Amino acid sequence: MAPPAQAHRSPSPSQPSGKGEVSDLKSQLRQLAGSRAPGIDDSKRELFKKVISYMTIGIDVSAVFGEMVMCSATSDIVLKKMCYLYVGNYAKVNPDLALLTINFLQRDCKDEDPMIRGLALRSLCSLRVANLVEYLVGPLGLGLKDNNSYVRTVAVIGVLKLYHISAPTCIDADFPPTLKHLMLNDPDPQVVANCLSALQEIWSLEASTSEEASREREALISKPVIYYLLNRIKEFSEWAQCLVLELVAKYVPLDSNEIFDIMNLLEDRLQHANGAVVLSTIKVFLHLTLSMTDVHQQVYERIKAPLLTLVSSGSPEQSYAVLSHLHILVMRAPFIFASDYKHFYCQYNEPSYVKKLKLEMLTAVANESNTYEIVTELCEYAANVDIPIARESIRAVGKIALQQYDVNAIVDRLLQFLEMEKDYVTAEALVLVKDLLRKYPQWSHDCIAVVGSISSQNVQEPKAKAALIWMLGEYSQDMQDAPYILESLTENWEEEPSAEVRLHLLTAVMKCFFKRPPETQKVLGAALAAGLADFHQDVHDRALFYHRLLQYNVSVAERVVNPPKQAVSVFADTQSSEIKDRIFDEFNSLSVVYQKPSYMFTDKDYRGPFEFSDELGNLSIAAESADNVVPAQGVEANDKDLLLSTSEKEEIRGATFNVSGYSAPLYDSSAASVQSELAIISSTSAGSAPSSSLAIDDLLGLGLSAAPAPEPASVPPSLKLNSKAILDPGTFQQKWRQLPISLSQVYLPFLTLILF
Amino acid sequence: MISQFFVLSQRGDNIVFRDYRGEVQKGSAEIFFRKVKFWKDDGEEEAPPVFNVDGVNYFHVKVVGLLFVATTRVNVSPSLVLELLQRIARVIKDYLGVLNEDSLRKNFVLVYELLDEVIDFGYVQTTSTEVLKSYVFNEPIVVDAARLQPLSPAAIFMQGTKRMPGTAVTKSVVANEPGGRKREEIFVDIIEKISVTFSSSGYILTSEIDGTIQMKSYLTGNPEIRLALNDDLLIGKGGRSIYDYRSSTGSGAVVLDDCNFHESVRLDSFDVDRTLSLVPPDGEFPVMNYRMTQEFKPPFRINTLVEEAGALKAEVIIKISAEFSASITANTIVVEMPLPKYTTRDHGSFFVVADGESTQIVGGSEHTLRAKLTFSQESHGNITKEVGPVNMTFTIPMYNASKLQVKYLQIAKKSSTYNPYRWTSSFKPLNDPEMASHLNSSNLFALLLAALLFISRNGVAGSRQLLEKTEPEIPEFPKPNIPEFPKPEFPPLPTIPTFPKPELPPFPFIPNLPKPEFPFVPHAPALQKPGVPKRPESPHSASSP
Repeated sequence: MAPPAQAHRSPSPSQPSGKGEVSDLKSQLRQLAGSRAPGIDDSKRELFKKVISYMTIGIDVSAVFGEMVMCSATSDIVLKKMCYLYVGNYAKVNPDLALLTINFLQRDCKDEDPMIRGLALRSLCSLRVANLVEYLVGPLGLGLKDNNSYVRTVAVIGVLKLYHISAPTCIDADFPPTLKHLMLNDPDPQVVANCLSALQEIWSLEASTSEEASREREALISKPVIYYLLNRIKEFSEWAQCLVLELVAKYVPLDSNEIFDIMNLLEDRLQHANGAVVLSTIKVFLHLTLSMTDVHQQVYERIKAPLLTLVSSGSPEQSYAVLSHLHILVMRAPFIFASDYKHFYCQYNEPSYVKKLKLEMLTAVANESNTYEIVTELCEYAANVDIPIARESIRAVGKIALQQYDVNAIVDRLLQFLEMEKDYVTAEALVLVKDLLRKYPQWSHDCIAVVGSISSQNVQEPKAKAALIWMLGEYSQDMQDAPYILESLTENWEEEPSAEVRLHLLTAVMKCFFKRPPETQKVLGAALAAGLADFHQDVHDRALFYHRLLQYNVSVAERVVNPPKQAVSVFADTQSSEIKDRIFDEFNSLSVVYQKPSYMFTDKDYRGPFEFSDELGNLSIAAESADNVVPAQGVEANDKDLLLSTSEKEEIRGATFNVSGYSAPLYDSSAASVQSELAIISSTSAGSAPSSSLAIDDLLGLGLSAAPAPEPASVPPSLKLNSKAILDPGTFQQKWRQLPISLSQVYLPFLTLILF
Repeated sequence: MISQFFVLSQRGDNIVFRDYRGEVQKGSAEIFFRKVKFWKDDGEEEAPPVFNVDGVNYFHVKVVGLLFVATTRVNVSPSLVLELLQRIARVIKDYLGVLNEDSLRKNFVLVYELLDEVIDFGYVQTTSTEVLKSYVFNEPIVVDAARLQPLSPAAIFMQGTKRMPGTAVTKSVVANEPGGRKREEIFVDIIEKISVTFSSSGYILTSEIDGTIQMKSYLTGNPEIRLALNDDLLIGKGGRSIYDYRSSTGSGAVVLDDCNFHESVRLDSFDVDRTLSLVPPDGEFPVMNYRMTQEFKPPFRINTLVEEAGALKAEVIIKISAEFSASITANTIVVEMPLPKYTTRDHGSFFVVADGESTQIVGGSEHTLRAKLTFSQESHGNITKEVGPVNMTFTIPMYNASKLQVKYLQIAKKSSTYNPYRWTSSFKPLNDPEMASHLNSSNLFALLLAALLFISRNGVAGSRQLLEKTEPEIPEFPKPNIPEFPKPEFPPLPTIPTFPKPELPPFPFIPNLPKPEFPFVPHAPALQKPGVPKRPESPHSASSP
């Protein structure tokens, strides 16, 4: 709870400084401990409150541990709760004193009030003191069999807590099989959900050492369990539904009938007001239909409306989470969302993280039919008071220009940006014009006319300045005063802070020299001299290199520095498709928000139960990516500035080396982890195939031991399909299968029928 | 699976701090706060709701200026955690009545109690206010709601919540009324946020309504409720482009693009008669969220004209015409227009013209705002490109753009042992639609973009009826709105909760119920007025004290 370290923080006026107050509290508590006066509970409450508030703001109140325990003998439940909270917080640092609490907690575990039993059991398991685990086993065992479902939910989580304190104790007490039994038989859905969480965690942690555990882990996603949970899905709370759906997404159905049955059952979950439920359902739908291209596309169509509703209905934070997922879908299938581009328009009051995502989506969905509207809208943002967003939207216009065939109108817009004479607009536009010229050299005439009129004094940002200099060098034959601009830039060599700009300047002067030697010769000399004297290694080296090249042979130098260029047709994608697929496999997780697969941002220990079978499905991807990780990572590390860095690669080798150097450690660890994952999978998958029936038998046996409870595994499992469905299953499947996208008018009303 | 949960004040103090799994280091709150405060990564001003520092994922939502934070090391579902944080804030609000720093600090023990039950070892147990009631023993210490500053409409939009903090009843689900007896109440609001973009010629480019039917229930015994919406409500416009206006040929039907429902809502008869049945859980929750792109009439039109008057001067003329009924008044109007940084007059980059008389606009009227600008440097050619967008926020009571209505609300008797002696009707007579208009004037002749946002609130009577029959004859009443509601008596925000009961005006949508069905409780003074509902001849006389 409150970090003890914070106690040393300089106390703000509103906070007591600590020491004196704590000893005050100590003596007051001591006085109250023995007293039996009426109304004593009220004064105790006040004191306890004080202790807890100190704890919250970061004052170490562990000194009063003994007194708190002494005061805890009370029947007042509010007092008890505060005491439990305190004890749970400080027991770890006071293991000896914690022993004192065991007595009263164990007594409370047998109280007649289920509330007290539950509370005591929870606190008992929260002590996190390793040498007290022996006291936990008994109460936990009783708790799991308690009549009251509240106590059982607490006990199930208690087992998990015990596992984390001492795994052998938990396994030896045979708790996991008990949990499994409860999961399949308990009438209370929250008990079932907690069992599922606990078992997922325990078995995926055990799986690395025990083969049986990994079999059990696989058994969780076997048909009987999945069907059992699916049939009860409506009983679960919304949070537990997410848990179940997350599990279902890992299930691999045998045939398409099964897929359609599951989709039928879960269809109405898409109408849930909780975004987490909807996203988990979408994950199930997407993963189930991966092998059926046409249906997969129908799923995209189907989930569009619920996603858009979620985006606009919650707080900005919630819509950000949904929007990130919409983003990944848009990136995968831009054409499906092309007609919805207006939903991605930014509103003035949206936070910038939302706007940024929307701009990316607008860029992605631009096609022949909507480019004009999108670019017009983006141009509105360019004059935005929010400068980062204004920049971002100019970049978006540029990206659209680079991906379109008909760019006339867009080029005009970009050139208008240059005329707006706002520093950042000019800067961004210059960079874009440079990229555009590399792809469409035929536009050089129009662009150069405008670029030529820009005063280099007004351009300060290194990237923009570099872009301007690049154009001066590349098109010096078309720009009347190119050598003279370069000359004045060279004169200011000393004042130029950016090495990138100086590198570009060197190259541009060289290029200019080959085209207009008489006018440039003087500048070239000055530039080379300045370059040789430069303190920056790269600049120095390049100047030296040019100098020697020129000394060797001028025509060779021209071939090296200014070879005839081909227009760039496709700029490198920012992310490799393997990475993207991996992110997609981890749909509805942080990977989507960070746009990175989980191995890049989570420690191995915390990959968690969610991932435990992902690798199984992705075996091929994982194997592939083990080989391809190097390029993938190198590209990934650079992310959004990639367009720029690729474009400059030819000139700035240093920069690209830096990039790969930066990603190298990343690669090492991730490749290692991928390989180790592979090792685990190969061992588990080898074992699991023959043993899956065994797992079901096991499940069956447990099911039989509790006679009155439902036995999910004893009969061939079946789904309780939506009984109100108007269409018979066959027609339903036909619809999903056959409807082409263009017919979705028919398709959506049809779905409405199914739903209501 | 989350590791820690904490609430930080605006200054970064821990108000509550709960560590569930001990996987994340203790100083996480400080790391988090520093990161959020100095978020300058990539030139962004605002930290995203989710970020990762050294392998720890931090999630946060901002609620009334407080930061609700969760941390984890595991790759969890971000929307699950963010939904959860929002839900925790709502549950706390249900219990405390008012959610702010003061109330949280006063009730932190109660909040710990709630947190203990909501999450165990990082796993969500329950977030139902209803269920939690049986586990919570602390009495909330009520913070005086009247002292709260009602947030300006703009501030509400900055938070992005569609709820109106002031109008929502600031009443705890566990606290008793000062009179010692619990009032049976249910509140239903329709809150709509509208975004409209139109061109300078007044042509609508895009329009969308995001609406919520929000319910807040204080009924004991959890009776079932039926909520009837418009008969002609249609959902889903098929696969056509949602901006295809050809489909809306003025048939009068309300066509929603899509909607979603709260867990408790049962849709058994929804496709037959558009009624939702639900057993409302305690506390506040959205019954239904919907989204509509059908054409509708925006309540305001804004025209902006920027005229250059010499090299260093310009004049801005903003014309606002209110296109709603003259019986309705829009208030708390703020019009904002960002100006170039080099503007020397009209204080900096913003000017607000919502002073004096213009804070209220009566329906049908037209207002013109003029401002002269002086610049410190010569503008580069196109001043019109650099001003704007014009943003407008406002509140219009009794206005609902989507025409979605709650026709009636019916509370069914749950069991025969249920003793519904009291018949209480409470309702929020005032709709507080909130409208924020956003207008982007780009060029005199080019585009004039405007996005209008607004929220409308629809008060609906909750009526507890002693009904054995399941189908009461409920006459159709035209609208849930009370059109001629006296304006001055209902200042928008804080007054509603304290609305004196005996002054309840006869409410038009209480159905004509058979008289003997109401065994009035003698000691319930509130009952005299709402007794047998008649159509109000003159609500003015009834409600003016």
